[in-house]
Amino acid sequence: MWRPLLLALALLPGLAAPTAAQGAGASPSGAVAPPGPSAEIVKQLADVASADAAVQEGAAVALGKTGDRKILPLLEALREGSVYVRLLPGGKKETVIVGDKVAEGDKTLVPLFRAYGREPIVGADGKPVLADLTTLGEVPTGRSLRIAIRPLIDAFSGQSDLVAPDPATRRAAATKMGYTGDAAIRQVLEDALGKERDRWARFALQEAIALIRLRTGNETERVAAAEALGRLRSANAMEPLYQIASDAQAPAPLAAAAREAIKRIERWGLFTQGIEIAFQGLSLSSILLLMALGLAIVFGLMGVINMAHGELMAIGAYATFLVQGWFTAYFPTYFDYYFLVALPFSFLVSATAGLVLERGVIRHLYGRPLETLLLTWGVSLMIQQGLRLWFGAANVDVSAPRWLSGGIPVMIGVQLPYNRLFIIGLAAVAVGAMYLLLFRTDAGLRIRAVTQNRGMAACLGVRARWVDAGTFALGAGLAGLAGCAITQIGNVGPELGQNYIVDSFMVVVTGGVGKLLGSILAAIGIGGLNKIIEPGMGAVFGKVLILVLVILFIQRRPSGLFATKGRYAES
Amino acid sequence: MRSLERWGLLGLAVVLVVALPTLNALPAGSPLRISDFTLNLFGKFLAYAILALGIDLIWGYTGVLSLGHGVFFGLGAYAMGMHLMLEIGTRSVYRNVLPDFMVWNQVTELPLFWKPFYSVPFTLLAVLAVPALFAFAFGYLTFRSRIRGVYFSIITQALALSTWLMFNRNAMNLGGTNGLSGFKSIFGFTLNSAATQRGLYVATALCLCGAFVLCRAIVRSPAGRVLIAIRDSETRVLFSGYSPAAFKLFVFVVSAVLAGVAGALYVPQVGIITPAKIGVLPSIEMIIWVAVGGRGTLLGPVAGALGVNWLQSVLTTHYPDLWLLVLGGLFVAVVLFIPDGLVGTARKLLRRRPRRGDADARLVGRPDEGRRPEEAKPRTEVRHVQAR
Repeated sequence: MWRPLLLALALLPGLAAPTAAQGAGASPSGAVAPPGPSAEIVKQLADVASADAAVQEGAAVALGKTGDRKILPLLEALREGSVYVRLLPGGKKETVIVGDKVAEGDKTLVPLFRAYGREPIVGADGKPVLADLTTLGEVPTGRSLRIAIRPLIDAFSGQSDLVAPDPATRRAAATKMGYTGDAAIRQVLEDALGKERDRWARFALQEAIALIRLRTGNETERVAAAEALGRLRSANAMEPLYQIASDAQAPAPLAAAAREAIKRIERWGLFTQGIEIAFQGLSLSSILLLMALGLAIVFGLMGVINMAHGELMAIGAYATFLVQGWFTAYFPTYFDYYFLVALPFSFLVSATAGLVLERGVIRHLYGRPLETLLLTWGVSLMIQQGLRLWFGAANVDVSAPRWLSGGIPVMIGVQLPYNRLFIIGLAAVAVGAMYLLLFRTDAGLRIRAVTQNRGMAACLGVRARWVDAGTFALGAGLAGLAGCAITQIGNVGPELGQNYIVDSFMVVVTGGVGKLLGSILAAIGIGGLNKIIEPGMGAVFGKVLILVLVILFIQRRPSGLFATKGRYAES
Repeated sequence: MRSLERWGLLGLAVVLVVALPTLNALPAGSPLRISDFTLNLFGKFLAYAILALGIDLIWGYTGVLSLGHGVFFGLGAYAMGMHLMLEIGTRSVYRNVLPDFMVWNQVTELPLFWKPFYSVPFTLLAVLAVPALFAFAFGYLTFRSRIRGVYFSIITQALALSTWLMFNRNAMNLGGTNGLSGFKSIFGFTLNSAATQRGLYVATALCLCGAFVLCRAIVRSPAGRVLIAIRDSETRVLFSGYSPAAFKLFVFVVSAVLAGVAGALYVPQVGIITPAKIGVLPSIEMIIWVAVGGRGTLLGPVAGALGVNWLQSVLTTHYPDLWLLVLGGLFVAVVLFIPDGLVGTARKLLRRRPRRGDADARLVGRPDEGRRPEEAKPRTEVRHVQAR
């Protein structure tokens, strides 16, 4: 853990310099050949061990404020309670940090470290000194002391994060320091800003600097900081700005600047919220689309309403869970790639289940849609209960591979999560593949032929039953894919299928049977509406409203968005 | 033959209405005595049987599969439950005139729509009228736009889901997830006395007999034949000059009213009504009662409701994990092996030759929901396929 700290010191020469606020005491500068601590620090090191809590706290905070990196181990040790006092031979006392306990006989021995810099204390023989714990005096650390030193420790760790190679870490560090930092930290941040190239890290640094200025600067500086925060559209600044705007004692220009900034930030917030809702709606639509594609094709082809479709999706999700389990057990090093295996695996498992279902029972029921509906509902109950008995009633935990966590920041306050992007991509690929299959291959030609006129297609040599089985398996496989995808954004439990099945049926009904484009538009419409209504009216009213809208819509177009044209009478 | 059947039904009615409660009223310790618990359980099953008759009218006879009858059951049940809630008065836990859950949710004044339920006549009217009006509005919109077959089933299932979601919300002031419970008395009679429960049982049995007579009258009337014709070929009925939508709307409303009555009889006997009883799963469970018993017959749904619920109460006591598997298996087995249900199959085996004049025996046979889907398919676009 020393290397990054030393690196930090080397890169940030200003870091270790005494601060203006502290003024006194020449602390060691730079990483080169560190001299011993100054007299001031030596005194404070002794004071940290004081029995008087006020003296102790004062000394600890003063030490922390020096910004000297060699103080950090002491502060951390104080927090952990591993600071002790040892008696030196001359009767003098020395504050030390103790390491992990070593048991030797009935005595408990501990290695000792210097309070300043945590270098091991070596004896005359060059070996680390081991001391009996009972000969040392423990330095008591109260709650108030721990609270007082926490921001100081944060500032130290933040400073090393500011030069981390990963821009996301740098951003997070800057944002954190913006909340707690003082004038000294501000200097650090400004230095870092001079070197920073990453756009989002720069933004976080600017935001943090402005926040610190807003808190600690003089009046002109604070007004400027408020304006800067408004320009940055910093959502993090809302809280302090609100405080200033509502503070009767705040100077008028400052309050005005704060109000102006709040207005700007709020407007931006509305905008970004809109984008976020649209994005969430799109990802929900993608799941619905994956579900509805299978449902619609099967319904269009065979007139079969597959109530077990949701459970086929749940099977896909549990298959993903199983693959994850295998990877943790057998190939932990390749854990991140489990999802790539899980995708085809869940497709195959669900497709097989679908094939068994079709060959086993559904094929006996062609032309009796209502009975098929009841039968598949019964199957869905059995699958559901089977999953519950096998995997337990509680949700299982599917963790995201590392390459799907996080997201792309596209603008201030908007981040597109990779997992949702992935699902949208998956749905797009699936739709594309379905299109190619249906309209550009012989198999697709047969499926369309059987869909349009089963008897005629059979007369022309199409094996309608094979087409049925294949198509049913394909639809089930798509549900499995949807289940695999849903593990990344939702809970996986035995009732998983039930949560999506009604919405997917709404998509099928609205989109029209067996119509690719209709399904796509209906999925986008229903998924989007769900997410648009949710924040304002709650999920429940959202669902009810969508039902009402679908019913009203069907009034106008009884066979869905894209009805097959032609003159014919049903049944 | 005909009179034999009539006497049989009458005898069954006497057993249900008179014999069972009398056996219950025997002094304790008597070997023939039926326990209060059993009679109460049986009363609940009879309430379900009324509901099953309603479903049979719309599904078995008219061929319209509604997966949302739990909603109508719930409307009747909640109407009755609201009255019983108000009747508790200050005997509640919080000693407040408001129902306990309202005190809990910090509602200070009785919501306006609760107030009429203080009145007994209004409550009885609401039990009939609320499901009827709701069914009329919903049915009007769906039947008018010729939503039928599986589309109708799906839409009603969505209706069940959204109603369930709504009733779960505390903001609806209907008790949220916990529903309505803690009733003390009904129309002044203490609910936990055996005599009141026996009275409720008799009332339920009488209602069931009434519902049976009503359904029998409907299916034997000329309108009943139109219903069966709609089931067998809606298009032909339309072309013959009838309006299938009006007939379907009528029977849908009747069936909703029966469901509401069943709900209202269910609540005082069971003592609680929660949204869990009116959602998607209970709605579809009601269908299986009818399917097991035999749709398109009137005895079937009654037998199915009693049998399946008895099975459920036995299984959930002894093997709670198995019940859903068995229920699922029932769906599969009934659809695959006995599509006519127990009563339908038995009837078929008993007499091969259909009797003249008996509408259900002559026309039911095996309900056939448009066996030839290929005829329903459009003839257009075939050229497009060939052109590819």
